Amino acid sequence: MKLFPVRGGIHPDYRKERTSEGAIVALPLPKALYLPLQQHIGAPAEPVVKAGDAVKKGQLLAKGAGAVSAPTHAPTSGIISAITEVAAPHPSGLAQLTIVLQPDGKDEWAELPAALDPSTASPEDIRARVAECGIVGMGGATFPSAVKLGLGTQKPIETLLLNGAECEPYLTCDDRVMREYAAEVVDGARIMARALGAAKIVVGIETNKPAALAAMTEAAKTFADVEVVGVPVQYPMGSERHLVQAITGLETPARKLTADLGVVVHNVGTARAVHDAVRFGRPLIARVVTVSGGAVAKPQNLEVPLGTLVSELVAFCGGLTEPPRRIVNGGPMMGQPLPSLDVPVIKGTCGILALTAVETNEQPVGPCIRCGTCVTICPCGLVPVEMASYIRKDNLEAAATAGVTDCVSCGSCSYICPSHIPLVHYFNYAKGALAAQGREQRKQDKTKELVEIHNDRVEKLAQAKREAAAAKKAAAAAAAAAQVETPQ
Amino acid sequence: MLIAVGSLAAMGIALGGLLGIAARYLHVEEDPLENELMGLLPGSQCGQCGFVGCGQYAAALAHEHAPVNLCAPGGKSVIEALAKRLGVSADTSDHEEKGPEYALINEDLCIGCLRCIGECSTDAIVGAVKSVHTVLTENCHGCAKCFKICPTEAITMCKVPVTLGNWHWDKPHADAQH
Repeated sequence: MKLFPVRGGIHPDYRKERTSEGAIVALPLPKALYLPLQQHIGAPAEPVVKAGDAVKKGQLLAKGAGAVSAPTHAPTSGIISAITEVAAPHPSGLAQLTIVLQPDGKDEWAELPAALDPSTASPEDIRARVAECGIVGMGGATFPSAVKLGLGTQKPIETLLLNGAECEPYLTCDDRVMREYAAEVVDGARIMARALGAAKIVVGIETNKPAALAAMTEAAKTFADVEVVGVPVQYPMGSERHLVQAITGLETPARKLTADLGVVVHNVGTARAVHDAVRFGRPLIARVVTVSGGAVAKPQNLEVPLGTLVSELVAFCGGLTEPPRRIVNGGPMMGQPLPSLDVPVIKGTCGILALTAVETNEQPVGPCIRCGTCVTICPCGLVPVEMASYIRKDNLEAAATAGVTDCVSCGSCSYICPSHIPLVHYFNYAKGALAAQGREQRKQDKTKELVEIHNDRVEKLAQAKREAAAAKKAAAAAAAAAQVETPQ
Repeated sequence: MLIAVGSLAAMGIALGGLLGIAARYLHVEEDPLENELMGLLPGSQCGQCGFVGCGQYAAALAHEHAPVNLCAPGGKSVIEALAKRLGVSADTSDHEEKGPEYALINEDLCIGCLRCIGECSTDAIVGAVKSVHTVLTENCHGCAKCFKICPTEAITMCKVPVTLGNWHWDKPHADAQH
């Protein structure tokens, strides 16, 4: 298959060999599971259980609220001990409502929805099943998959692109899933293609994963509609937009979706979850997590029940050999720092890295030397140096005009900058601040609207009062006139 | 040369005169600048700026060089918008950004006197005579008019909490000039 060049990008030291050759190990059930109500993009789920309830494995704990949301299920059988605020796996360290499940050790399955036959099930049924099973984008974005599978009803979708690029250093969970569950992934992809109405499936895998490429090619060879393609090793190839560009040659316009080009991208882990949901009615209750980094004694890939504390994962991997400089949730390029190890694994946790000071390689920030390297490597065609200067001077409007909202936060500019300027940090700040400004503007517009409604109401009341007073006066005058007329 | 200068000068005088006449006969009664400033203000008539309402503040801004940093509910964004429109530099350094707030009624202290409801310009308080009132948080914009009028001090102004939904990264500390 002919591939197309993608602009920019970097070639970091991948360090995947630490975990790529070991099979996925199932983590034993922990003492408690912490299931946040918000494990996805959209509205938080609403609990349907209360403290003290006994639940079985796969039972619904919280249902999706609204069009963009996802339910949460019990990863094992046990007792709900509380629904309370627990620190979220988020750089802010803020707490969020979380269902706490005390496993009883029996691991007893609840009654699951009946298996669907993908060859006869309608696209609506498949989407409903995917929504019911709480499946979200497993690559880390955690967008509800059923919503993304519904794009086929709005726009014609030609291709389902399965993202197995896994361009982040250290992470090997997708690699291992493709090697060990290739048939399931291909089956899940074919089910998703049916739900989307896509005729073609392309699996994009970076060529630094030859074993995964071979396994997937083998699994796909009986299906004429599935093509497995090795894509160049170039960070950020795993970014949806860039993978689409490499495979189709089409660049997704700013503020548009890849679906506008007729392509929908899903992660390989999501395909496996869809296979489990449709073929067996199993909800999403576990995921594969790469535990790696220089400070971890035995780096490996673990199959983890959702809600397990990160500290349990680290302990299972032999603990820490030295105090880490940073604990990262996700990959080292785009991952976010974790405030502590006492936060749960959620649906979007693809990696937990305990990085040493040597690995994080933090250097003092120097002055910009205008080398232009960030401009050359920006895979989105932006000018990081210019945007960062605007943001430094609090000129967010100019930064927005320069395209900061089109930045995918891949971190290539921060990585490459010889002066160690935290460029992507500036852009993350600016994107957050611009979103906050938007929220404030919407709030002000709403306030104005409410004030107008209030004023109208007050005016109407006053008008009614005036009319009533006038009517009363008229009635009194009429009565007085009548009295004058009728004395005889 | 003289013809060119003369004709251009004549055109200038003629067109300038025309504009002058048009300005006199076609002038607009209301001040467009005032209306524009009014549009930038929240419009809740809370009076925290020291003027009677948003309209009066807008007029003072337009004609009396009133400071742009008086609108409390509007916060920093309104200050910046006003400064930009008026072409003045806004000194937001001493402006203490207290962040968005909302009113909360302590149900043990509320006597159901309806006074706060009468004050609220966004109809964000519901209640009836001699029954506990409550604030619809999503409609409250933190103007604090109810807070001032409450006879039993049952109302407190609370900060809108930082949640996972509205949290974002702080601006990085610039260690070096670049």
